[in-house]
Amino acid sequence: MLLTITSLTKTFPGTKALDGVDFDLAAGEVHALLGENGAGKSTLIKCLTGAYERNEGLITLEGQTISPRSTSEAQALGIGTVYQEVNLLPNLTVAQNLTFGNEPRRFGMVDRRAQRRQAEEMLDGYRLDIDVSRDLSAYSVAIRQIIAIARAVALSGKVLILDEPTASLDAREVETLFAVVRRLRKKGLGIVFVSHFLDQVFDLSDRVTVLRNGKKVITERTADLDRVQLIEHMLGRALKDDVVGHAKAHQAGREWPELLKFEGYGRRGHIAPFDLSVGKGEVLGLAGLLGSGRTESAELMFGLAPAHSGAARDADGTLDLSSPRAAIAAGFGFAPEERKEDGIIADLSVRENIALAMQARRGWARPVPRAEQLRLAEDYIEKLDIRTSGPEQPIGDLSGGNQQKVVLARWLAMNPRFLILDEPTRGIDVGAHAEILRLIRQVTAEGMSILVISSELDELIAVADRVIVVRDRHHVAELTGPEITTDTIVRAIAAPDRETAEVPA
Amino acid sequence: MNPRLFPLAATIGIFLLACLICVIQFPYMLSTRVVGNLLTDNAYLGIVAVGMTVVILSGGIDLSVGSVIAFSGVFIAVMLRDTGLHPIIVFALLLVVSTSFGAGMGWLIHALAMPPFIVTLAGMFLARGAAYMLTIDSVPINHVFYDLLDDAYVLMPGKGRLTLIGVVMLLTVAVGMIVTHRTRFGASVFALGGGEAAARLMGVKVGRTTVLIYAFSGLMAGLSGIVFSVYTSSGYPLATVGTELTAIAAVVIGGTLLTGGAGFVFGTLIGVLTMGLIQTYIVFDGSLSSWWTKIIIGLLLLAFILLQKGLLRVTVSKAGA
Amino acid sequence: MTALRRVTPQLLTLAALVALITLFFPDFLRIEVINGRLVGTTMDILKRGAPIGLLAVGMTLVIATRGIDLSVGTTMAITGAIAAWSITQGYGLGGALALALLAGVAAGLWNGMLVAIFGIQPIVATLILMTSGRGIAQLVTEGRILTFSHDGMAFFGSGDLMGIPAPALLWLLTAAGVAFLMRRSALGMLIEAVGVNRAASALAGVNATVLLIAVYVASGLCAALAGIVATADIRGADANNAGLWLELDAILAVVIGGNSLMGGRFSIAASLLGALIIQTIDTGILLAGFPSEYNLVIKAGLVLIILVLQSPNLSQHWHRLRRAAQRRREIAVASMKETGQ
Repeated sequence: MLLTITSLTKTFPGTKALDGVDFDLAAGEVHALLGENGAGKSTLIKCLTGAYERNEGLITLEGQTISPRSTSEAQALGIGTVYQEVNLLPNLTVAQNLTFGNEPRRFGMVDRRAQRRQAEEMLDGYRLDIDVSRDLSAYSVAIRQIIAIARAVALSGKVLILDEPTASLDAREVETLFAVVRRLRKKGLGIVFVSHFLDQVFDLSDRVTVLRNGKKVITERTADLDRVQLIEHMLGRALKDDVVGHAKAHQAGREWPELLKFEGYGRRGHIAPFDLSVGKGEVLGLAGLLGSGRTESAELMFGLAPAHSGAARDADGTLDLSSPRAAIAAGFGFAPEERKEDGIIADLSVRENIALAMQARRGWARPVPRAEQLRLAEDYIEKLDIRTSGPEQPIGDLSGGNQQKVVLARWLAMNPRFLILDEPTRGIDVGAHAEILRLIRQVTAEGMSILVISSELDELIAVADRVIVVRDRHHVAELTGPEITTDTIVRAIAAPDRETAEVPA
Repeated sequence: MNPRLFPLAATIGIFLLACLICVIQFPYMLSTRVVGNLLTDNAYLGIVAVGMTVVILSGGIDLSVGSVIAFSGVFIAVMLRDTGLHPIIVFALLLVVSTSFGAGMGWLIHALAMPPFIVTLAGMFLARGAAYMLTIDSVPINHVFYDLLDDAYVLMPGKGRLTLIGVVMLLTVAVGMIVTHRTRFGASVFALGGGEAAARLMGVKVGRTTVLIYAFSGLMAGLSGIVFSVYTSSGYPLATVGTELTAIAAVVIGGTLLTGGAGFVFGTLIGVLTMGLIQTYIVFDGSLSSWWTKIIIGLLLLAFILLQKGLLRVTVSKAGA
Repeated sequence: MTALRRVTPQLLTLAALVALITLFFPDFLRIEVINGRLVGTTMDILKRGAPIGLLAVGMTLVIATRGIDLSVGTTMAITGAIAAWSITQGYGLGGALALALLAGVAAGLWNGMLVAIFGIQPIVATLILMTSGRGIAQLVTEGRILTFSHDGMAFFGSGDLMGIPAPALLWLLTAAGVAFLMRRSALGMLIEAVGVNRAASALAGVNATVLLIAVYVASGLCAALAGIVATADIRGADANNAGLWLELDAILAVVIGGNSLMGGRFSIAASLLGALIIQTIDTGILLAGFPSEYNLVIKAGLVLIILVLQSPNLSQHWHRLRRAAQRRREIAVASMKETGQ
């Protein structure tokens, strides 16, 4: 084996990001690494590239134990990485990017001609016909990725890690990229391929390793797996019964009075037009793989990215959902997936974070009285069992699960009619997980409608009355009542992709 | 054409247009005399703007340079008055002081992870205060060597004087062009301006580069102070108040992106000359008031910032397509 | 109580300064009543501190949104020039004040639109007005020092009400008014939310764009008031020197007040104490007979100390230490509970 990882463990305060993970890579192999957000893929890669220091475990490269402490150290050892986005500098020329740090010099000055020549030599064999003296920003993302690969291979040459390299490429570009990867495989490089496009994984990889919640689920030869099995490994049957609670008694044919209706709602490059009706008190689940368009659906409904087509209606007529403010005015709420970036206001207190949406709705001139804010905060701290030293503690000091509960409290305090929860239980501990599911059941019983996006199928099965399956930026299936099982959802997700990826416009 | 060249092309275009307007209205302005004066009068500004270009290319800003120039003048004047040191030794000492001063600010910016704006603001107070500590009066410089420097010029055809300090400025621009566009240090500067995360991935030593960037700016400010002291033959702690802003404006009008990562040292020279030309025009005109200089420069600044914002949007949307 | 604790370092600094000066100049704190006016060094500080104090109020709000307004000194020059010009044109006191305040609002709108709508970094956006604004002010005064004699206008510079200098009253009232507005309405919290996390605030329905523009307008208005005071004080408008470098003093006052340049939590009272500290140092140095310019070095020292205290790197270490200590305590408590059971 070229690269061997044994029982790698990495902990962060409060969470175990990797828990005794084994992984190996042979020369001349493409080994795919799969898993949903938070499964531990990026932590594993960061331990390999020296961005993180591991807590336990062993990494050996060609039999030698290694512990890289920086990206450049990993590079020098032979491990090169190409990320989805930030790789190179678009404001420098292709040649500068390729030779950065090793520029040929004459009399202490960079020798431009030699630099160009060197760059052209580095690109030799990648079948790119480009002018290396132009800015990198002049070229498409696909070409940039290939240039990044060329740089990584030239600098490192043993192990190449490709971290979601195809996320923003169209089908043709993906093919070009894969041709490059195949040639490198033939040359004997060991390649780690991280992707959430299953077709690509089947197309390219020799073996697959699936991670989930920081643990390795399986390592298999790709040829021995089918899509359904793979998706089940990624999404299904991971939660213990005590988290999920009593499975929902799915009654066939139960009707909910219609609350909202989206007709032909869509946005180019984000999500194809879809029809969706939401019942009062209903829990809708949105299932799909990462990048399938599930988050995009939510953002569209909440006005974060206005719709290009279609309309949303309720009993009183058409709704204005052109901005989050408009959506909130229409009685919507949205707890986003990226809690730290889009959810919490880190420096403000729990009380203020809870009162924020309500305050924004009332306008600046009509403050929510402090006593009322305190009452709200104390109320929800108790109701949702938020672990905090008090309503005045800054939310940034709380654990992830408690931050999530505060964001939920912010919306519950608004008493919206339609609440969208994007991955409400990601990265939080088991106890909080169960509580949030319980909470969803409770508020819907009181008449609120909820849309849950989740990569935990068990979770959707436990709470959802209806599950919409999203694939390739289309809503492809709708399952109700007893149809909602792991098998049916996995099958719907696993149906062959239409294309490798939609062209994002 | 490479879209990154647009601002530089715009700069040169505006400069040529300004020249044309000047010459059409005042044919006399097309003389080596005017050219020589333009270079001499703006020599100190040109030099300090080269340092500022490097700082801005890296995504930073240096507010201390105006004060450092004033400090330099006072330092030289007081040293020459109170010690028997030869000006050349005083110059060397000063450059060491101003460079270390810049390096210190760079280190603070990196070590404290604070915005360059506020750190160099403290530097601005400190340098100005240090100048006051030395003297609060204007100290004249009377030294034979200074007379020599003052009289060092080449007579161009048409009786224009190409002065030593004008030549020093042009040389500094040339050196600045080589340092920023042809060295590994320069590449690191651009890399930092393009994004610290990516720069780190590419192997840029961020701390070291930051220190060097501000040290370079300090060096340029010191050199500019020397030139300014030759130009005025004195040191005055209240001199060059606000020069940092003029320098920033020259850099931006010269086509350098204020957010860093793209620009040209040569453009800065054109920016300085454009601003000097506007001033010369207003002097020639006589009826126009001097405040129009500020307003026009402000408008140019706005135009370039909006142009760059628009270009950025174009490149971003292209990359996203 | 928490409010008091927040400004304790500033209060202590100010008290120490006052004590130090009083030690050398026992008359420092003495206030006499001469012709029904309170006269004394402290009154002088209150009066001379008016421009910085007024600017600091607006600057505090701007900095709370993670912005900065470099143009306030120039705006002072513009509004002062407009006030003086309208007086000389015979628009009367009301007209002059209205026009000057309107100019302040316009300056703020300009800055706010560049920042909030065009998405230009605040330091760059406000730099434009900072460089060109003095030209506009000179355009109004036509390059002269535009003098006027109008007692009503002069009142804002040298008059007094109930024995207290009018400028002092004006800035104290403005500060109190703004602070009251911020804390009694929801503005304070919304501004802090936008400053800490604009994206999350917008998702929670906060109208971040309008709020951003509003803080720059507030800053422009404060600058207009400061410009009126400066013009009234010298009974003339000096487009070149009015408000020169005061933006830096105002920023300094906000920073000394412990407000983070990274936005978020802000305290107007603390900024005002910062302004008073600056003004007291100024006066103290004058009293001591040092050239007034020495306070630049002191200011630089102050900025450095505050930077070190505010540094995110340092606070991270501090945070980690505190967390570790807290964990130790929690473990101790838990083990005590266990033994108790």
